[in-house]
Amino acid sequence: MIKALGYFIEIIRGSVITTRHFVVNMFFHILKVLGIKTKRKGAVTIQYPEQKKDIASRHRSLHRLMTREDGKPRCVACMLCATVCPSECIYVEAAEDPDPEIQKYPAKFIIDLGRCCFCGFCVEACPEDAIRMDTGNVEFAQYSQQDLIYDLDKLIG
Amino acid sequence: MTETLTEMLIIFIKIVCALVWFLLLTLYLTWLERKESAVIQDRIGANRAQIFGIRIIGLFQPFADALKMIFKEDFVPSFSRKFLHTIAPFISFFFVAITIAAIPFGDILRIGKRTINLQILDFNVGLLFILAMLSLGIYGIIISGWASNNRYTLTGGLRGAAQVISYEVALGLSLIGLIMVYPSLRLSSIVLYQGELLFGFLPKWGIFLQPLGFVIFLFAALAETKRVPFDLPEGESEIIGFFTEYSGLKWGLFMMTDFMEIIIISTLLTTLFFGGWQVPWLASDGFHFPWGGEVLLPHLVVVLFQVAAFNIKVFFFCWLQILIRWTYPRFRYDQVMDLGWKLLVPLSLVNIIGTGIIMTI
Repeated sequence: MIKALGYFIEIIRGSVITTRHFVVNMFFHILKVLGIKTKRKGAVTIQYPEQKKDIASRHRSLHRLMTREDGKPRCVACMLCATVCPSECIYVEAAEDPDPEIQKYPAKFIIDLGRCCFCGFCVEACPEDAIRMDTGNVEFAQYSQQDLIYDLDKLIG
Repeated sequence: MTETLTEMLIIFIKIVCALVWFLLLTLYLTWLERKESAVIQDRIGANRAQIFGIRIIGLFQPFADALKMIFKEDFVPSFSRKFLHTIAPFISFFFVAITIAAIPFGDILRIGKRTINLQILDFNVGLLFILAMLSLGIYGIIISGWASNNRYTLTGGLRGAAQVISYEVALGLSLIGLIMVYPSLRLSSIVLYQGELLFGFLPKWGIFLQPLGFVIFLFAALAETKRVPFDLPEGESEIIGFFTEYSGLKWGLFMMTDFMEIIIISTLLTTLFFGGWQVPWLASDGFHFPWGGEVLLPHLVVVLFQVAAFNIKVFFFCWLQILIRWTYPRFRYDQVMDLGWKLLVPLSLVNIIGTGIIMTI
C-alpha cells in the first residue's frame, strides 16, 4: 500500500512537470501573440523555410570549383580527388593546357551529387585548393537524378 | 397541430445543435491534441494548413485531415468478413454519438411563453443510458477484431473487451455512491441538486461530496476511452491493435470514437462531479453571494452563463485528459487488470460503504 502511494506521488509529479511545461510555454506564446518581445521563446522550433539556422563555418555544403584570375578553373586535373573519393562520384577528364606552367586542365569535371556523401576528402586531397565545399548551399534537392549531376559550368558558376 | 410541429422543430434543432457541437469539438480535439502535445514538448505543432494563405495557428488542420481521410483508399482485405468489417466502425461511432442525447447543456430556456429544456431527452435513467451505450460501444471493437480475420486484431479486440468490461465494473460502482447522495438517475435533477449549498457557502458539487468516487471514476473513465495510459486494445506503436486492417474514413471513425469518448467522459465528469451547468452561487435570477450581496441578471444572460460554464468545464476536462495522455507511459497488461480489479473495484466498494455510513449518521 505504501509502495502504491509512492507510485501515486510520482504520477502526480509527472503530471506537474508536463503542466509546468504547458503553462510556461503557453505564457510565452501568449506574450508573443500580444506583441511583447521576450528573450525566451515558447518553443525551440525553427520554422524551416521561413527561418533558417546559421550554418557552421566548417559545414560541408555544395561544392564549388575555384578559378584563376583569368577565369579558368584552378584545377590541374591531377585526379587526386577522383582517386580519394569513397563514393566514386567525381569524374575528371584531363586535356593539355598550352601553358607549360599548368600542363593540364579539366576538359570535364563532373560530380554526381546523387552519390556524393559529403565527406570532404576531395577538398582535403586537392593540392591546388581548387575545390571547396563552402558555398553554404544545402538546398539542392531535385526531382530527377539527372539534375543532380553537376558539370564544370554549374560547379564554377 | 402547430403545437406538435413546433415541438418537433424544437427537438430537431436541439439534435442538430448538440450533434454539431459534438462533432466540431471532436474535430478540434484532434487539433488540440496535436497543439497541446507540442506545447508540452516545447514544440509548435501543426500550423501549416491554410486556406487562401490564411493560417490561423493551424485551425484548418482538422478539415485538411478529414479531406485526406475521405480521399484515401478504403481498403478491405480479401480475407476479411466484409459485412462485419464495414459495419464495425459504424457501431463504435453510433453508440458514442447517441450518448450526447442525455447530456444537459443548461437549465430551462424561456422564450416568450415557451420553455425549452437545454437537453435533447430528459430521461429518468439518463445516467444508466449513457453507461449502457458506452458499454455497447465495445461491440464495435470486438466485431472489428473478429471481422478483420487476423490473429493480431483478434487478440487486440479481446484485450479491448477484457479491459473495457473490467473497468465498466469500477465505473458503475464508483457512481453508486453519487447516486446515493443525489437520489436520482436523471442527469438534469443531479445537476439541480448540485446547485444547493453545503455549509452555506460551498456549492454541493460531486467532487466535494464524493472525492474518492471522483478519483475512481476518473481512472475508470480514462481506461474506457482506450487512450494512452490504457491503450492496450489499440497499441498504435508496438503491439498490434484491433483496427489494424482499417484505412481511410473507417479508421477515422475509430479515431473519432476515441475523441468523442473523451468528450462524453468530460461531460459526465462535469455533470456528475463539477455541477454541470451550475455556476457557483448563480440562481435563476442572478448571483446570490454567501457573504451577502446580490447581482441580478436577466434570464438570457443567466442561461448564457450556464451554457458557458458547462462548456468551460468540459474543455478543461478534455484538456486534462489530453495532458494525461501525453504524460504517462502505457501500463503493462497485468498492471491494467490489477489496477482495475484489485484497487479500483475494492476502493469503490469502500466508497459505497463509507457513503452509506455517513448518510445514516
